[in-house]
Amino acid sequence: MPEADTPLLELRGVNKRFGPVQALNDVNLKIPPGVTALVGDNGAGKSVMIRTISGIHQPEGGQILWEGKPVRFRTPRDAADLGIETVYQDLALADNLDIVQNMFLGREKTRRVLLDEESMEKSAGETLASLSVTTVRSVRQPVASLSGGQRQAVAIAKAVLWNSRLVIMDEPTAALGVVQTAGVLDLVRRLADRGLSVLIVSHNLNDVFEVADYIAVLYLGHVVAQGPISEFDQQSVVEYITTGKASRKPTPEAVS
Amino acid sequence: MTTSVGGHEGTGNPLDEPSGVEPDIEAILPPDIAANSLPEYVKAWTLRIRAGDTGLLPVIVGLFLIAAIFQFLNSKFLSAGNLVNLLVQGSIYMLLAMAEVYVLLLGEIDLSAGFVAGVSGVITAELLTSQHGSWPWYFACLAALAACAVIGAFQGSLITRIGLPSFVVTLAGLLGFQGVMLLILGNGGTLPIQDNTINNFANGNLSPGASWVVVAALVIAYGALLWFRDARRRKSGLVAPPASVTLVKIGFTAIAGIVLVLICNTNRGVLVPIKGMPWVVLIVVGVLVLWTILTGRTKFGRYIYAIGGNVEAARRAGVRVARVRTLCFALCSLTAGIAGIIYASRLRSVSTNLDGGTLVLYAVAAAVIGGTSLFGGRGKMVHAVVGGVVIAAIDNGMSLQGFSAASKFIVTAIVLLVAVTIDAVARRGATAA
Repeated sequence: MPEADTPLLELRGVNKRFGPVQALNDVNLKIPPGVTALVGDNGAGKSVMIRTISGIHQPEGGQILWEGKPVRFRTPRDAADLGIETVYQDLALADNLDIVQNMFLGREKTRRVLLDEESMEKSAGETLASLSVTTVRSVRQPVASLSGGQRQAVAIAKAVLWNSRLVIMDEPTAALGVVQTAGVLDLVRRLADRGLSVLIVSHNLNDVFEVADYIAVLYLGHVVAQGPISEFDQQSVVEYITTGKASRKPTPEAVS
Repeated sequence: MTTSVGGHEGTGNPLDEPSGVEPDIEAILPPDIAANSLPEYVKAWTLRIRAGDTGLLPVIVGLFLIAAIFQFLNSKFLSAGNLVNLLVQGSIYMLLAMAEVYVLLLGEIDLSAGFVAGVSGVITAELLTSQHGSWPWYFACLAALAACAVIGAFQGSLITRIGLPSFVVTLAGLLGFQGVMLLILGNGGTLPIQDNTINNFANGNLSPGASWVVVAALVIAYGALLWFRDARRRKSGLVAPPASVTLVKIGFTAIAGIVLVLICNTNRGVLVPIKGMPWVVLIVVGVLVLWTILTGRTKFGRYIYAIGGNVEAARRAGVRVARVRTLCFALCSLTAGIAGIIYASRLRSVSTNLDGGTLVLYAVAAAVIGGTSLFGGRGKMVHAVVGGVVIAAIDNGMSLQGFSAASKFIVTAIVLLVAVTIDAVARRGATAA
């Protein structure tokens, strides 16, 4: 991070339209190191927003700034090259492949033309160990044999394997039970403690308040509130989500 | 086990789940992971088979069963002459089944492979004739294979770029390429092949001495590779089977090689002595090794499995899905082309009698019987070879017994249905777990 007040990633006046639907409307968002929670009702534009940041959609106006410099993502690979990794809600793991194969999918290490299984297996094991993911029996286990929480852990490990700087997570706890959710939130916290930025999309405000440092609320394609989580409480967040405004809490202009 | 990232010790991590969540977890772990010693390996192996994961073992057991039945019915079945004959007959199925594995891994099918093989044979035979300039055999073969690859790439492009179902596109191919064959050969036409090298592909034999040398070299090369790889992995603390298991694997390979040579080197001639391993066995082994490396040890191969398992995951990982799929169809047709040349070689001619429809269905059956999934993502080249032996054994055994074509079809159909059922049940078991 060059300066303390330069966010890792910033969206300035970003617009995205699908036919008649204005999905993102003049969105301003700053993502500093730490955990930022992105909340909003269904259709508020959360998915479009993370797809834009991860390079799947191209914005139609406005700027994306990475460490203060304008960038353009033509493909997800452009975003990945900067260190932006996305963990999708469906996790995008191939059941028939093992953990190592999934973690390196699309970016396999090779020696001449043959796959370098040994170095991939080592890195995968080290990454999982560094995240304190200790429950999987072996990195050569097929993903089909993993539980929901373990899959989530593998998907997250896959995202941080690449020295990523910003990890985007779409509803990481939606399909999990209480115990597994606690495990995943723990993992999210550990990523933030390593100095990464995490953008987490969630419907579960309990999770958000447990894990996030910052919060941003989307309402009808517009960021209506953002700031340190300490300036919000559950009630005000709910108000922002449902009506786009709250009587007594900071507006986007008040915090920056 | 030094290789695990952790253990089941219950570290207090919330991701640590009670083992009650998945009681059958041991059953779906590959034995390489679950075992530290030979007995544990065998135990993990049997657990896995009982859970419905069809490795190679069930089909090999089935093969021994089929052999026992036919031997009981007719003592000629296990004679050296018949076994070699069976291998040569089966080579067409094995090659075509390997072709199908490329598309089956994607969850697709190629119904045209049989007649693409026919077209390959016809092109080879035509180019060898004096009207077409008597091409040397290698150029004729290369031209035929190149044509097949183009055919496959074309069909693959229709499937992947336009999004047509592979079933329909290759069904059109099945009809169309039969037409092309008829067109070139003329109705009821037969074109003999004079070239000795081509004819030797399926009819020639190595000398008994050369058979020993070649097989010994293959077994030693495979054994050394396997041993050093496993030893290196054990040393660096990676997942690897115990040394005893590696040794057993090498031992079985050596025994299989020795038995093969002993069978092939037994005199099977009636008037003049005929001995030695048929060339075609080496051709099949060569294709098997090449395609196994391509599918198992390269990025391209990894992407085939990824696409078969979860297309969306592959796409998001940056895999160029359309290109990989198109290439698979091209490789399928190319391999079918090899099968076509062998087919022509065996008959020393090409004719319009070639039944590409039955051939391709037998090939799909062989791949599936060997353990390749019709639903994509699971299977290996070696499955196609073993499945091809099963199909050839049934075909050969029933012919020997004088059964009619009708009953051969019915028995093969039943075997295929059983194999597909096992595949589907295994798949349901895997997703339920």
